Amino acid sequence: MSTTLAASAFSSNPLWYTTRSTAVVGFVLLTIGAVLGVASTQRTLASRAWPRFATQALHRNVNVLGLLFILVHIITTVADSYVNVSAASAVVPGASSYKSLDVTLGTLAFDIFLIVAVTGFLRVRMKEPVWRWIHLLSYLAWPLSMIHFISTGTDGASGKWGFWLAVLATFAVAAAAVLRIVTPNGPQGPARSVA
Amino acid sequence: MTNPWTHRLLAGLEGSGSLSAGDHTSVHGALPAGATRKGGDLALIREIDASGLLGRGGAGFPAGRKVRTVAAGKRPVVVANGAEGEPASGKDVLLMTRNPHLVLDGLAVAARAVGAAELHLALHRGSAARATMTAALRERRDLDVTIHELPGRYVASEASAVVHFINGGDAKPMFRYPEVYERGVGGRPTLVHNVETLAHLALIGRHGSEWFRSVGDVDEPGTMLLTVTTPRGATVAETVTGTTVGTVLDAVGHTFATSGAVLIGGYFGTWVSREQAWHLPLTHYALKAIGGGLGAGILVALPADGVCGLAEAARVADYLARENAGQCGPCFNGLPALAGGLTALATKGHVEPAMSRWLSVVPGRGACAHPDGATRMIASALATFAGEADRHATRGPCADAHRPPLLPVPATTTDWR
Amino acid sequence: MRIRVNPITCEAHGLCAEMLPEWIQLDEWGYPILDGPELPEQLAAHARRAAAACPTLAVLLTKE
Repeated sequence: MSTTLAASAFSSNPLWYTTRSTAVVGFVLLTIGAVLGVASTQRTLASRAWPRFATQALHRNVNVLGLLFILVHIITTVADSYVNVSAASAVVPGASSYKSLDVTLGTLAFDIFLIVAVTGFLRVRMKEPVWRWIHLLSYLAWPLSMIHFISTGTDGASGKWGFWLAVLATFAVAAAAVLRIVTPNGPQGPARSVA
Repeated sequence: MTNPWTHRLLAGLEGSGSLSAGDHTSVHGALPAGATRKGGDLALIREIDASGLLGRGGAGFPAGRKVRTVAAGKRPVVVANGAEGEPASGKDVLLMTRNPHLVLDGLAVAARAVGAAELHLALHRGSAARATMTAALRERRDLDVTIHELPGRYVASEASAVVHFINGGDAKPMFRYPEVYERGVGGRPTLVHNVETLAHLALIGRHGSEWFRSVGDVDEPGTMLLTVTTPRGATVAETVTGTTVGTVLDAVGHTFATSGAVLIGGYFGTWVSREQAWHLPLTHYALKAIGGGLGAGILVALPADGVCGLAEAARVADYLARENAGQCGPCFNGLPALAGGLTALATKGHVEPAMSRWLSVVPGRGACAHPDGATRMIASALATFAGEADRHATRGPCADAHRPPLLPVPATTTDWR
Repeated sequence: MRIRVNPITCEAHGLCAEMLPEWIQLDEWGYPILDGPELPEQLAAHARRAAAACPTLAVLLTKE
């Protein structure tokens, strides 16, 4: 099958539907996960009914679930002979001959998220500043995944419903990022070193 | 009555000015020669252990134990701590300006004991000791000592703060694990000793542990330097351990009849009523037994009247609160709260109900002993001046609460580097 | 298991007290008060989660 058929959104291939649906669900989950990540840093969102560790745990679990969906998305894309995406391009950026740049963005995003996830589990064994810098790379991975969604995805193409989903998601993550930057997160209480 | 003064560390200092290397040797004899070897000098360590010398910087930790631990480490470093941050203390500066060679001899003994090739001296910026120590080092040329000038902050002289500063950081205490005797200057095992402790080592290196133990309290022998402040002024003197507070105060002309309460140890120490203080022997263990500490050999005696103890304590508490390093929540929150409460009691007669809660919750939860010392000082003030506290609360502050301050409280700067 | 808080890195986020209320309470400024340095064995798992939850990794556990 030639790559021109990729423009057609009406393939009845179940793998194709799976790869598209898991992509959307995964993208939404990772978006919610990003917002939850910022929420877990907010002191004002902690209460007896909903402690901060609950938000922390939710952030972690939603992101893990999101990455699992993306994993299925990757596997079904590679397995689908409709588009020629090799297994290597699942983790190696630039290895796909199909829509090379767009797929690369997705690969990169997934690679970064994978490292963030692994270091997240190993956090207590790492030096705190190292963990933090790696975790900050999420702010790079998410936009890469969003652009990948718009450019590679059939549903994310301009004018389609997925495009507006991406716009909404971008606002959400951008707002969360701004909140993260402007909220003072240090210790509360009297000024340090009163003098 | 004969005075209780001795002249071991203060020998030969009857005149004025700094003893030259030659004069110092005439007074104390020459320091026995010895090389600094890797691994230290086991015989010397045993002598220091046997002497029972306790550190004179405030904590009273056995000097021999510190030496032994550092000697066991790789490429150890010795730091002479001459950063005398206590406003009511003058003994370290006196030693360093009047007999710098005694301190340097002590540094040499410590270096030999642990096998250290790298030596440092910590002073406060603007200290009078800088000129005399530099001149003495130039005079002898057997020691290579790097001099560091720390900002004039109260907690800067804490051992880990000194090490942090030498390592390029702020003069703020560090989280104590690992301890500086394991990883200190440049990550190496570091022995930090107060300059008076080193001066004692200089004499133990000459005369041995038996000589050191021949005077003073049987369980805590030797001599010590005291800084005694009374309304008449401040004196630095040397006595044998175990001398009572009353004997010392009488000897400087401050009699029981004219005396009020006494602050013992330093601004981080304990207020003691004159009744309890007068027969109190000056040893670490005797003071620990009454819930206090000998600290850095500081005694501040108030007059019987004319001074409000609560107001003096409140001013000191306020100073200690301002001098926190801003690192640990219980301290930078708790000390201003406690100081505020004590000040309100002293100046307005207002009783802060949260005081006892703060006193129980603040100590032991900082990186250093600053909150512990401040809390102890405040708690002892409330206990010793309980009568005054009652009167302030029921009848308002006494007239003395607003008179000019007696205890010196320096202005607080903002630099840590 | 020994438990300690590095009071300098601690910024009073309070997650440790959420995860280990059996051993950690917060003072009025939000800083942790530990019941003691030696943790009973049955709290070890909760303590590990508390250490992982701290945003500044100020809760330190050592097997001693």
